[in-house]
Amino acid sequence: MSNDRDRHDGDDDHALRVSKIRDGTVIDHVRGGQALNVLAILGIDGSEGEELSIGMNVPSDRLARKDIVKVEGRELSQDEVDVLSLIAPDATINIVRGYDVVEKHRVERPTVVEGVLSCPNPGCITTGNEPVTSRFSVLEDGVRCSYCETIVRDEIASLIDT
Amino acid sequence: MRHDHLITSKQLSRADIETVLDRAAEIDADPSAVADRHAETVLGLLFFEPSTRTKMSFETAMKRLGGDVVDMGSVESSSVKKGETLADTVRVIEGYADALVLRHPKQGSATMASEYVDVPLVNAGDGAGHHPSQTLLDLYTIRENAGLEDLTIGIMGDLKYGRTVHSLAYALTNFDARQHFISPESLQLPREVVYDLHQQGGTTGIREHESPEEVLPSLDVLYVTRIQRERFPDENEYQKVAGEYQIDAETLEAASDDLTVMHPLPRVDEIAPEIDATDHAAYFEQAHNGVPVRMALLDLLLSEQGGDGDE
Ligand SMILES: [Zn+2]
Repeated sequence: MSNDRDRHDGDDDHALRVSKIRDGTVIDHVRGGQALNVLAILGIDGSEGEELSIGMNVPSDRLARKDIVKVEGRELSQDEVDVLSLIAPDATINIVRGYDVVEKHRVERPTVVEGVLSCPNPGCITTGNEPVTSRFSVLEDGVRCSYCETIVRDEIASLIDT
Repeated sequence: MRHDHLITSKQLSRADIETVLDRAAEIDADPSAVADRHAETVLGLLFFEPSTRTKMSFETAMKRLGGDVVDMGSVESSSVKKGETLADTVRVIEGYADALVLRHPKQGSATMASEYVDVPLVNAGDGAGHHPSQTLLDLYTIRENAGLEDLTIGIMGDLKYGRTVHSLAYALTNFDARQHFISPESLQLPREVVYDLHQQGGTTGIREHESPEEVLPSLDVLYVTRIQRERFPDENEYQKVAGEYQIDAETLEAASDDLTVMHPLPRVDEIAPEIDATDHAAYFEQAHNGVPVRMALLDLLLSEQGGDGDE
């Protein structure tokens, strides 16, 4: 973590792969292969004209392979960051203004996530036409639907409501 | 009790359970004492799935407390057929009734419905989820027959889809009962229920078996549920296990003379009729206990209206 090279591995060593941004958010140390799920969880698909840079399976010291997501012109809220922890527990979030990192934080696991995941249980009331927002409590090793109580441990990314 | 709604047996503490059972015993001993207790009270019955017995049991309970019921009727004849959401239905019926009883095929329906209403709501079965008023009458029957202290219970049959089983198992963790779960491998307790039982501190007293033989002699109570043929992917698989989970006089030779046999009913062939006349049979008594227990439950939920819940 205090390793200088590690801190910069996204920005310097692989500068050609993932360009610097001026203002926005850099989500670093995402587990390899999860970058697109990170965007899905944030509801970013480029259709709003957002400027995105994505590095996938970049070599890293801390993770064998990591993904990096850079979003120009958007600063993530704490809520968004917390939800990311479900699929990117090691992620670091850098808020960039004028090419400088002005804030840097780690994700924290929330106790509850609302309106982000959809329940995989077809018998769950949230899968019908009811005016209900999905709600999952976050367990140590998964998430659990607050309505039908189904526990999901793997493939949480596949539940992302897009 | 300090609950506005009864959604799952998990929310019930040992003290809550004892409060309901004690009240049920009082009512059972002298039903006339509560005959006018909830006059003017209207209970809304919302059954989105057929369940004649549970519905009649709640209806009887409310009427014996001096109140009345409104019934939305069958799903076919109601606005549900026109596509109305459950959230809308409960908000409409809340305007007619002082409390609601909900049976619905979707898991989590009672939890969701309770978020839309201020009157007490009782979950009378949400899909494969929970059925806590059944659990209260099961506990009442167990207390009357075998006692809830130092209890060894076998719970047998379809443990996978049986919501009555899940609700009962959660509640029994309050009493440190030794619970033996007996089922074919394909109908074992869902891992989520096992997870919850462990969370509730029931780790020491939970065992799973595929055959009743080894545990039968040690049991105080045997709770039998129906194995539904349609749950099996093929008929052969069903035939292999069906006989293993039927109780007759010969099976019970290995059991204690004091064994109490229970069943949430309806039964098909899980318990031979020859057991009915023996001291083991408690299933009809169990069904009848639904009325005093639901009277007690409604009385406690309705009596808290207007208060701040402090006792
Ligand atoms: Zn669910």
